[in-house]
Amino acid sequence: MAGEQQQPETELVLLDFWVSPFGQRCRIALAEKGLPYEYSEQDLLGAKSDLLLRSNPVHKKVPVLLHAGRPVCESLAILAYLDEAFPDAAGPALLPSAADPYARARARFWAAYSDRVYEAGTRLWKLKGGEARAKLQARAEIVEVLGNLDAELGEKEFFGGEVFGLVDVALVPFVPWLPSYERYGEFSVEETAPRLAAWARRCAERESVARSLHPPEKVDEFITLLKKVYGIE
Amino acid sequence: MAGAGAGAAASDELKVLGVWPSPFVIPVRIALTMKGLSYEYVEEDLYNKSALLVGSNPVQKKVPVLLHGGRAINESQIILQYIDELWAGTSLPALLPSDPYERAMARFWAAYIDDKVRAAWVVLVFRYNNKDEWWAEGVARAGEALDTLEGAFRDCSSEGKKPFFGGDGIGFVDLVLGGYLGWFGAVGKIIGRRLIDPARTPLLAAWEDRFRAADVAKGVVPDDVDKVLAYQQALLARLQ
Repeated sequence: MAGEQQQPETELVLLDFWVSPFGQRCRIALAEKGLPYEYSEQDLLGAKSDLLLRSNPVHKKVPVLLHAGRPVCESLAILAYLDEAFPDAAGPALLPSAADPYARARARFWAAYSDRVYEAGTRLWKLKGGEARAKLQARAEIVEVLGNLDAELGEKEFFGGEVFGLVDVALVPFVPWLPSYERYGEFSVEETAPRLAAWARRCAERESVARSLHPPEKVDEFITLLKKVYGIE
Repeated sequence: MAGAGAGAAASDELKVLGVWPSPFVIPVRIALTMKGLSYEYVEEDLYNKSALLVGSNPVQKKVPVLLHGGRAINESQIILQYIDELWAGTSLPALLPSDPYERAMARFWAAYIDDKVRAAWVVLVFRYNNKDEWWAEGVARAGEALDTLEGAFRDCSSEGKKPFFGGDGIGFVDLVLGGYLGWFGAVGKIIGRRLIDPARTPLLAAWEDRFRAADVAKGVVPDDVDKVLAYQQALLARLQ
């Protein structure tokens, strides 16, 4: 719960940026686990804070989780860290149990794979008007990625089965970006990946997700802003 | 036994699908050897992929694939963690440390290598025939990544007091970076100096020597530079 009073020796601070889906992965995980933390909004479009530059000198990116002052970087590493450093947290583990290394390997694979949605989607909106061939390739890629995720989900309630787990947390922040990707790529998630679309609606009902994600309209405004900043028509 | 029925038994047969110079395959083979495991190695032709490879990794059709008890595990770093978790115990070397923060640091540096070193490697391997400013850029990018990793090594090795990123023994980050050494040797021959330059990154250069000399690396980390270069030429010819 952001803002709740913490003990300094266990204090959690999340350096983040409001629209960052990678930051949202961490917010959702912290909420699911019932771990109090301080949310620290970073100005990424202006000058980066000294705290951010000190905490992630290699990449200078968010999210960064500070635990008793020590930085953990990379969203998926942060999720693994939360499982491992807080085994007694209120909420369940994100990863399947240590008794099932194969299930854990599968979860890690699909969590990492979910990044492909963002990568392909970003290519779509970064393309200039005349790049028809590149657009077709980016469109084909995102459609394939969503199809693969749809197949992996299958008829399960969540990627983790009955448990809202690592893959669900890793993928759900990209959901508000999908309407923009659909428009830029001229495809439909409902047609391409209907089970995934239903999963997205189920996830939106979870408090941790509802409180962490922004509406698609806000995300779309942000993309439009970035296009101006990058000079893309 | 905990986990009985939850997956393949630790004693089930192991098979690795790979190509011998791949920076992603080599770490897996070394890890299996470190854990004292024997496995069947299957050399793939990436331009004529076996039905087994395509069936085991239908989403990406890439190597390495670890086949264990009829199940496929994909992605080099994920396979390393699978091996580490399934074959854990006081008498076996651990690839990842047990402390959660140290594990997070290892994962961070492994992700860094997969991002920055891999990007440079793609240019150095696949753009070689162009050998234009792009290729020189690949050498420069590799140098920058190695500069950063020199600092990482200093941190991970207690200011160079320990021999490996993993401390006293080879660990996760060592394996991920070590997978590239065969190609570093090939690039070194082309540019006329070691890619990990002792004058620029002395700790890493000494680390490279130690890693190459390790028993578990023998026969897996390619040391025949001409063979690697010939493989590259054949690869580039296929891509024409």
